[in-house]
Amino acid sequence: MSDTILRLDDVHTDIAQYQILRGVNLKVPEGGVYVLLGRNGAGKTTTLRTVMGLWRARKGAIVFRHHDITAMHTADIARLGVAYVPENMGIFGGLTVAENMRLASHSGVFDPDRLERIFTLFPAVKTFWDKPAWALSGGQKQMLAISRAIIEPRELILIDEPTKGLAPAIIRAMIDAFSEIARDCTILLVEQNFQFASSLGTGVSVIEDGHIVHSGSMASLVDDAGLQTRLLSLSLDAHQ
Amino acid sequence: MALPAKPADWFDRIGGVNALPVLLMIIALPLVGSTSTWVTLTVAGLAMGMMIFLMASGLSLVFGLMDVLNFGHSAFISFGAFIGASVLAALAAWVGADSAILNFLALFAAIGAATTFGLIAGLFFERVIIKPVYGDHLRQILITIGALIVSEQIVLAIWGGNPVAVPRPAILDGSWIIGDIAIEIYRIFAFFLGLAVFIALKLVLNRTRLGLLIRAGVENREMVEALGFKIERVFVLVFMVGSALAAMGGAMWGGYQGLITGALGGEVMILVFIVVIIGGLGSIEGSLLGALLVGLLGNYVAFIFPKLSLASNMLLMMAILLWRPWGLRPALKR
Repeated sequence: MSDTILRLDDVHTDIAQYQILRGVNLKVPEGGVYVLLGRNGAGKTTTLRTVMGLWRARKGAIVFRHHDITAMHTADIARLGVAYVPENMGIFGGLTVAENMRLASHSGVFDPDRLERIFTLFPAVKTFWDKPAWALSGGQKQMLAISRAIIEPRELILIDEPTKGLAPAIIRAMIDAFSEIARDCTILLVEQNFQFASSLGTGVSVIEDGHIVHSGSMASLVDDAGLQTRLLSLSLDAHQ
Repeated sequence: MALPAKPADWFDRIGGVNALPVLLMIIALPLVGSTSTWVTLTVAGLAMGMMIFLMASGLSLVFGLMDVLNFGHSAFISFGAFIGASVLAALAAWVGADSAILNFLALFAAIGAATTFGLIAGLFFERVIIKPVYGDHLRQILITIGALIVSEQIVLAIWGGNPVAVPRPAILDGSWIIGDIAIEIYRIFAFFLGLAVFIALKLVLNRTRLGLLIRAGVENREMVEALGFKIERVFVLVFMVGSALAAMGGAMWGGYQGLITGALGGEVMILVFIVVIIGGLGSIEGSLLGALLVGLLGNYVAFIFPKLSLASNMLLMMAILLWRPWGLRPALKR
């Protein structure tokens, strides 16, 4: 059995007067892609932001490897080896692609092998290297956001709905890239596109109304149309 | 060569908003009538613009990066002016000496003292006044106005209510006469000092890792932190530099005016806010453009339409905001 890289124990997060997470219990095993599914407003993004320290947990504990990161500063969490790709991609439009990448490299100097691997995964990053990031298309921005997350060695990458608004061809390229990236780190993926999620994920949790209502293997969820319908009001067939 | 089809294309081809100060100079020439007067007004406008740029650039970065509404910024301008005046008065022998070296030593001591004060006071101001109210605009406005009132009273207590004369170093006193054009030497110095600061800021912002962090932080602070950087440390530094530049600008402005009172900061602050708003928040280039436009327009209008001089900058701000609601060169925001 693989080790747990990230554990959330009874995590509660409030935003203003609203209780968004109401006792999330989640164990993300090390390696591969673990998917967090749920309907709109279920608490998927809040879970990722709470792990990253961008919103504070009111109660509960978040443990990354053996570090309790519940009250840790976002920057310190990032320095432990956790990368975050937000839903809006978080690209700095006023900087060039190269500057976006340089900022993500803590030393400011690129590892040539790592950079070459990124150029192979996402050729657009190389093509538009000196161009301002605002000029990139949505898909190219997503590629830059992922590239930025892996320019340094990471143990865990939190990715929030990477396929949102992307063309099918780009989504297929993303599946290949994520499979490659997940070979040497863990990805916790929040996604609404079940087909994309099921083609990548090994494990899955479903969040509903601020707490986890199902955890198990992706294969068993894919095989169980009734479970899909009950948990997500969908079936894989409907999305093919 | 074919002419551009649309006015917007034509405008972009001549440099877009960057060309506005030059366009303003060209438009003013026939309205002023006399070339020598136009040159004098233009140099005065550029010098005034550069001094306002010194005071506004820091505030623009503080607005853009930290999202802090600092109405106490003018306190640094006032203190800078009075500290500069006091240092120049204390070094009166050097100020009036025939030696250019002693003159410049006195001037740089005054500017240096004002700037150092700005750095230290900026650190104190950020840690004690601003830090507790991050993310709360209403409290920021209230507490920084409160701090401004307190600092104005401190100025009054130290330097008194009477106007204070600011001696000018002998080498910068007087004018260069070229034909029938008279150009005040102090204005030339103010222009080049402002230009040097602009170039230094540009180099830091565009060529250093700190600059990269500042530019990224202006756009999206949260993402900078998610990449592993503690943006608060950059906040403190930017606030200190912004305050230091305000104090430096105040010291230069004091020498420009010749006679200063405790109301100086508040008076200049109106121009500084206009510059920050029309330039676009968080943008050094925008601050420079806005400051040059305000300086030039103020001087031209005071000569051509004296009755409109008080309203000219407000009209400029209205016109620019109607045209570009985010200012001339705003920093990109997420």
